[in-house]
Amino acid sequence: MPDKIPQDSIGLVVPETIKFDEPLELACGRTLVDYQLVIETYGKLNEEKNNAVLICHALSGNHHAAGYHSPADWKPGWWDNYIGPGKPIDTDRFFVVCPNNLGGCHGSTGPSSINPETEKVWGITFPPLRARDWVNSQAKLADKLNIKKWAAVIGGSLGGMQAMRWALEFPDRIDHAIVIASAMKLSAQNIAFNEMARNAIKSDPDFQNGNFVEKNTQPRNGLALARMIGHVTYLSDEQMGSKFGRSISAGSFQQGQYNPVEFEVESYLRHQGDAFSGSFDANSYLLMTRVLDYFDLAREYDDDPVKAFSVAECDFLIISFLSDWRFSSTRSEEIVSALIDAKKNVSYAAIQSNLGHDAFLLKNENYEKTLATYMNRILTKNRRERQTDTEKGKTS
Amino acid sequence: MSPRTDLKIIKNWVAANSRILDLACGDGLLLKELRLEKRIEGYGLEIDPEKITEAISNDINVIATNLDVGLSQFSDKSFDTVIMTEALQAMKNPDLVLDEMLRVGKNCIVTFPNFGYWRARISLAVYGRMPVTKKLNYQWYNTPNIHFCTVSDFEALCAKKNILIKSRRFAAEHFADKFLKGILPNLFSDTAIYLLSK
Repeated sequence: MPDKIPQDSIGLVVPETIKFDEPLELACGRTLVDYQLVIETYGKLNEEKNNAVLICHALSGNHHAAGYHSPADWKPGWWDNYIGPGKPIDTDRFFVVCPNNLGGCHGSTGPSSINPETEKVWGITFPPLRARDWVNSQAKLADKLNIKKWAAVIGGSLGGMQAMRWALEFPDRIDHAIVIASAMKLSAQNIAFNEMARNAIKSDPDFQNGNFVEKNTQPRNGLALARMIGHVTYLSDEQMGSKFGRSISAGSFQQGQYNPVEFEVESYLRHQGDAFSGSFDANSYLLMTRVLDYFDLAREYDDDPVKAFSVAECDFLIISFLSDWRFSSTRSEEIVSALIDAKKNVSYAAIQSNLGHDAFLLKNENYEKTLATYMNRILTKNRRERQTDTEKGKTS
Repeated sequence: MSPRTDLKIIKNWVAANSRILDLACGDGLLLKELRLEKRIEGYGLEIDPEKITEAISNDINVIATNLDVGLSQFSDKSFDTVIMTEALQAMKNPDLVLDEMLRVGKNCIVTFPNFGYWRARISLAVYGRMPVTKKLNYQWYNTPNIHFCTVSDFEALCAKKNILIKSRRFAAEHFADKFLKGILPNLFSDTAIYLLSK
């Protein structure tokens, strides 16, 4: 628990539930007859309604991107480093919207919700989703919030995939796409890590073929192992070396004694796994990792990323981190290269950091400056457009 | 040379509405001016994070790139003009960078400090010290400029590589040199500006 909520935090925030009565057709051919999205918003939508920013969360994220739910919270939302008053995504100037994605487990409709047709928990029977389903549901959300066009859609990792999909699916509803530590599609190695995580979950006897809620169990061991596998891939070798090295948290190597040793990295991973398995739904984890695996930006564009991006009308900022091997800089550079060939406005920053994939969530001066400068540029552009409009108004 | 003389020459060589790649673009001001004056569509490549941020605030398309690795992300002849101002001498392999520029661009504009300039020669010949100029204010051990050449050296490389020199201009900062550079550019110009193609 922070002694008191920091000055530069958005402070206490309250999630809202937005209900949608009309059906949502999904990429898999099935339809959700109704659904709800839990969202958080920070800041105010201006009169011109051109300062709205959509934050798309990654695999294990949710709607709670910034601020605190209660003064007793020991940590703020997952992107509090970057969203808040005076922060790069400045809540004094932008209206920030962050939904929990469909299929999630923090209040939006997902595997742990009730299927209205059977009146039972969906569980494993929840329809498989694709990033485009999220984008479609976010567009319906924008309608409800009276937002015709996002000033920016921003996301890291799986969130970056959504930002790119937004640019292609609703080119006239997005001004800027900010794609951080992401890729146009996962590599085989990346899919392999996800499959290991899924197998960890499915082989837990408490998984009960996905019907664990009905059976009143939780595949906590499987989910914890899945998280441990994932977590290791989000860190860098260098960072793990400097953070844990070979330090031991228990036992000793003293000869002549039997005192089982536990390395600090083991306790750390176990803690990460335990914490996660107590707060995440195993079916949601399976679903989300599948969305990651299935994502292929250019699939519907003859597998040609240039053709895909040619559809976009927005400007792009691409950011990668040099020690990220799960979503390496090379993947970001492929995005940049395709955008240049598609003649789109794009800037690209490769941030020096030794924190691996997780760097996109963590404090980094260069990253902060890059993002803040770009966000400022969006506001300057908005002001310029308003001036032009006023001048046009005067002459007509 | 007034700091903008070379930029003036470059702007004259750039066609209106063309597609420009500026290598080591710094804060992106050249691209910004070219966009305003010539309505070009451009991208700048830069490695220094501070400069990348400045270029972003200048509303430039800036791409973090290590030029020493090459330009493999760019297709052949995908730009009308590829520009590199005052950075060739800082490249690990200036000759390979030139090859890459000529592959990606239909035309290339290169500017570099001329080490055949008389002040540089005097520094070495008379004082026996490596030249340190106001513009390139580094000592031999800490300079990022690791491949200095003279106008004659550069033209010899172009001849060897069958690079076509479409135009050459020379600039000098000092008043007297401004007159003399026309006669003996390798001796009296401190900066050389070339328009090349292949």
